[in-house]
Amino acid sequence: MTKIELTRNTFIKNALKSRYPQLAVFIVMLVGYIFAILAGLIGTPVGSHNFSIVFVWIAWWAILILVAVPFFGRGWCAVCPIPLPGEWLQRGAVLGPSEKKPKWLNLRVPKMFRNIWLQNISFLLLALFSSVLLTTPNITGIVLAAMLFAAIGLSTVFERRAFCRYLCPVGGFIGLYSQTAPIELRIKDKQICVTCEGKPCYNGSQAGYGCPWDVFPGGLTKNTYCGLCMECIRTCPHDNIAVNLRPFSADLAKPSTRMDEAFKAFIMLGSAIIYAGVLLGPWGTFKDAAYNVGSGTWLIYAAAFLAIIFVVLPGLFTLGILDMKNTLSLKQRFASLSTALIPLGLMFWVAFSLSFVLTNASYIVAALSDPLGLGWNLFGTANTAWQPMLTALLAPAQTLALVGGLIWSARTAQKAANEVKVSSIPVIFYSLIVTFIMLWLLL
Amino acid sequence: MNPRFSLLLFVMAGLVVAFAPLPVPAIAPQARTFRVDARQYAYSPSELKVNAGDTVTLQLVSTDVVHGLYVDGYDISVEADPGQTVTLTFTADKPGSFRFRCNVTCGAMHPFMIGKMTVGTNNWLFRSIGLALLAIVGVIVSVKQKA
Repeated sequence: MTKIELTRNTFIKNALKSRYPQLAVFIVMLVGYIFAILAGLIGTPVGSHNFSIVFVWIAWWAILILVAVPFFGRGWCAVCPIPLPGEWLQRGAVLGPSEKKPKWLNLRVPKMFRNIWLQNISFLLLALFSSVLLTTPNITGIVLAAMLFAAIGLSTVFERRAFCRYLCPVGGFIGLYSQTAPIELRIKDKQICVTCEGKPCYNGSQAGYGCPWDVFPGGLTKNTYCGLCMECIRTCPHDNIAVNLRPFSADLAKPSTRMDEAFKAFIMLGSAIIYAGVLLGPWGTFKDAAYNVGSGTWLIYAAAFLAIIFVVLPGLFTLGILDMKNTLSLKQRFASLSTALIPLGLMFWVAFSLSFVLTNASYIVAALSDPLGLGWNLFGTANTAWQPMLTALLAPAQTLALVGGLIWSARTAQKAANEVKVSSIPVIFYSLIVTFIMLWLLL
Repeated sequence: MNPRFSLLLFVMAGLVVAFAPLPVPAIAPQARTFRVDARQYAYSPSELKVNAGDTVTLQLVSTDVVHGLYVDGYDISVEADPGQTVTLTFTADKPGSFRFRCNVTCGAMHPFMIGKMTVGTNNWLFRSIGLALLAIVGVIVSVKQKA
């Protein structure tokens, strides 16, 4: 399949170029986000009856992991409300560039932080507390508010969207998995970018802002760090930016060489496996340990969590690729071959989320009518009884996701192995073993 | 071999692995009774194994707050007040692995209060493992054909 340029369609192009449709979605999202914070802080402490838990961790999560990330990559980042207030403050404007620019520090993020290690750490921090975060409304409210204020704070100190690019715990894995999505933003003709004066897509112009994600579109080769904010479509004076439909996982043909991205793949893969065991498994001891934050058992759980992610999974992977005759260093092989785990990890999350979401989706209907759990019945659905959905289809759907992810991963392993000129068999065998574990945990 | 023919063969083999009927061991159905203690946020025992056709009675005893027990796939449930024992009897006529879970909001971790009941052999797990193996063989063969 070749690429199809969606922006050839005038309606799509105008809709992306205009700031108003995006602003309308932004405002709806921001209102929803602030309401989720308030619901978490002032609503019922019963998670399954509170908007913050039900709409963030069931509805939003389902849309994000089952639809948005697999099909639209960073599509969520394009409408995410978290950076908005900070960005408005930083720009001194809500829409197009204003003549008077506010005098914030506008610093460049220090070079040592210009990677996704901070995002790896922020994700792991939330992951270690996830049993509490996913079930306790006021903790969810506090975390959502903290993310909003962190984004505002960073916008006043650093240039562009420093929070999204380097700190957001969600943005890190969306970026990783966006490489598999069948959508991309790319330039049409490289030569035009080479000769373009002033590079307004990166530096900004009267027509729009310089790339908020600190990316020069002329050099874009993968989706990971493009937030699909569409500023470059607005600023490019040569109409040289396109949004394309493309085959799935096109970016993975060229494997990553970065350790922060490689470890992101292990963090996501490991987290999905651990959650499948702890949250969806029948072992109460694990649930107690995960929930009782600060207790001795939680410390053991946290240590085991980190050990699985940073030692066991990458360690076994390294053992598999250790004895390969190749001119590349072990580190380079590790980074490149771990690209194969990206589709596998995504499908692990799909399989895990299917179980969690289908079981708990009926809470959404009830929470719509009574979002704060205060006894309201706005749409007459407040008393909708809890009922798992499509339980007969769950296991086949999970198998389809996991086996499909395995095939996808094996194909990616072969491409990555060809690039670095080694055998793909150890990586395929590794993927098979972790898939067996996930099948055993979920089925 | 023609790659399309190979693909067709693997798809057909996959369908056989996924759906071919398996022999069911002839085990006479029994009546089985389990006492299941429920507490925040676990059941004890949390894993039950019965044979297909067994008449299963679950005696649910809640040891702290109100808990329920809903069996996925069977769509049956029961609720128990603290200290109370309630029973749920059913015929385990659907083979496979089923989660059972609390259906009464019992605290923060309520959505994850889950147990597992296996009726007969968990054939779907073995079929899925078979599909995973077949998939890997298929990928390797397809690459060898291209090479």
